[in-house]
Amino acid sequence: MSKALFLGDEAVAQAALDAGLSGVYAYPGTPSTEITEFIQNSKQGKAGEVHSIWAGNEKTAMESAIGMSYAGKRAMVCMKHVGLNVAADPFMNSSITGANGGLVVVVADDPSMHSSQDEQDSRYYAKFALIPCFEPSNQQEAYDITYYAFEMSEKFRTPVLIRLTTRLSHSRSGVERKAERPQNPLNIEKDPKQFILLPANARRHYRKLLDKQPEFENDSLNSPFNKYIDGADKSMGIIASGIAYNYLMENFEGGNCPYPVLKISQYPLPTKLIAKMVDECGKVLIAEEGYPFIEEQVRGVLNRTGNIMGRLSGELPRDGELNPNLVAKALGLPDTYGAPVPELVVPRPPALCVGCPHIDSYTALNKAMEKYGKGKVFSDIGCYTLGALPPYNAIYTTVDMGASITMAKGAADAGLSPCVAVIGDSTFTHSGMTSLLDAIYENTPITVLILDNSTTGMTGGQDSHALGVLGEICKGLGVKEDHIHRINPLKGHLEENVAIIEKELEYQGVSVIIPTRECIQTLSRRMKKQQAAKK
Amino acid sequence: MKIDIILAGVGGQGILSIATIVGAAAIKRGMYMKQAEVHGMSQRGGDVQSHFRLSDQPIASDLIPLGKADMIISVEPMESLRYLPWLKKDGWLITNDQPFVNIPNYPDFDALKAELAKVQNCVAINADQIAKDLGSARSSNMVILGAASPYLQLPYEEIENAVRENFARKGEDIVNVNLACMKAGRELAEKK
Repeated sequence: MSKALFLGDEAVAQAALDAGLSGVYAYPGTPSTEITEFIQNSKQGKAGEVHSIWAGNEKTAMESAIGMSYAGKRAMVCMKHVGLNVAADPFMNSSITGANGGLVVVVADDPSMHSSQDEQDSRYYAKFALIPCFEPSNQQEAYDITYYAFEMSEKFRTPVLIRLTTRLSHSRSGVERKAERPQNPLNIEKDPKQFILLPANARRHYRKLLDKQPEFENDSLNSPFNKYIDGADKSMGIIASGIAYNYLMENFEGGNCPYPVLKISQYPLPTKLIAKMVDECGKVLIAEEGYPFIEEQVRGVLNRTGNIMGRLSGELPRDGELNPNLVAKALGLPDTYGAPVPELVVPRPPALCVGCPHIDSYTALNKAMEKYGKGKVFSDIGCYTLGALPPYNAIYTTVDMGASITMAKGAADAGLSPCVAVIGDSTFTHSGMTSLLDAIYENTPITVLILDNSTTGMTGGQDSHALGVLGEICKGLGVKEDHIHRINPLKGHLEENVAIIEKELEYQGVSVIIPTRECIQTLSRRMKKQQAAKK
Repeated sequence: MKIDIILAGVGGQGILSIATIVGAAAIKRGMYMKQAEVHGMSQRGGDVQSHFRLSDQPIASDLIPLGKADMIISVEPMESLRYLPWLKKDGWLITNDQPFVNIPNYPDFDALKAELAKVQNCVAINADQIAKDLGSARSSNMVILGAASPYLQLPYEEIENAVRENFARKGEDIVNVNLACMKAGRELAEKK
């Protein structure tokens, strides 16, 4: 079979389709977005009527996928690492219910936080939920693992987690596909108690989950994705998981490493193989992308197991992503480095696009806030987060999806005034609505700006659930109609916009101002499409 | 045979298209390829880079080790210098010499030129002008690809075929102007 080029994300998507996927549920999040987009644009997906519309957030996505699994069909959930925090409630409890149709959760971590607030390691979530976890080391493995994951999920009746990282998700290489498998038929499981987590049931299910652990470990031990490659030089052994394995191999000509290597791409950890390495080798280097997840476990709390080297002992840096040079250094190999970057090379940070509606919104907001001083604008996650940078310097917080409104509320409760929240339309439907409801319930004096550019912009312009209904939602939640304003974020409307904001800043209750103008990127793409269609 | 290239530029300048074209030519020859890119900043005027690796043997790392890149191919001069730590000692730096100034503190252009001159093997050309003269201002990335082509270890005809395939759906004229731009870049590089 010939190879085609796939990003790591795309390999996962293609494998899911080939494995008979019936639905993908996801919220955009770098570096996972491309998985769902691939399925949305796939002829195969359309032919199979695979569900692929974006969910409102990762929690609803996870729940819908559990619903599809309940009905007997194969479902996949995709998100970035922090998205798993949002999906955590259904995720954790899906391990107690178990799966019916194959249920695969794909989480793309972002070591070095290329576009995230943290670099949390999703492997902990799999361990926390007591479910199997996969960590492919290359694009072919991403395909093979995903294809197998659905099978395994159904065999053990458990959800399964696949952990990707940025450098695999967004890297392209040749992949060979497997045979396409048809989708499952509708099939509600005969046991009516499987999905009802009343305590009496839940205790039984939890016991069943605990009993499955040795089976999961056995599968890891015999997995083709975990490999113990023996080596003649036992002065050192190396455990390498996921893409760290590539960085290790890069340092040896033809991949001929003289030391024993344990490649790990499936968890729970294959304990017997780790024991073999620790027993037979003088010291053991543990190279893993993300947190020292494996290293911590191997060391144990007493840290008396063999001579272990890794992120915790400083041979590898504790934070940030790995690369071949860092691994070379840890191996004691000579470091390679070209010429230094000349001093005159300066950073070129991302900025709001020329013509972006957020620029006009911030210009108006800054003007209105001038007399109140700094530190009173709470913001959120999206393109508008760039408003924290010069020349806008408009916002002072970004913590998590939806936090803008609730932090503004908390600060107002503390006595800070005025308190302004700046949030995007997609972020708002993701998790701003319940935040707003809290403020409405207590009539907290906050002014909320919902920047409506009709899209989920930062991740590439995916559809927003708020399209055209923001005002209605706010009214429905209980914001008083004369304190809901739609404004036009354009230069010509600056004065009137400032006036509206100033007035609402004074109002001692919940105000919602909605600057409305389409994102210029999605607008330009739409125009191009229209023009092309005309030809 | 292996070749490791850092592609650099600013979002929207078409550096990833270079990778797509060369990648297509390489895959046809049964070569192994890995191409790592950073997504998301391109819309917003941020710097963009890609680690592009070709080999007749399986490739391990998606990222090119520091000091091991055979070439830096850039469509923006300051960006080309950002990746010097990756370039091997006698590696080639091929860049457009027209600055893309979208930041307030962009360095002095003569100072930039001086830094480029320090690189042992450097080809800096005004790809923008060449592309403009040939009637396709947006194809300066193809001029740069042409300038890099003598060092790519791939037969030129195969790269041309990849260009044809890549632009086929845009019509004969677009294909031809891109081929012309690439040729112009190649001829200029061969002269230096």
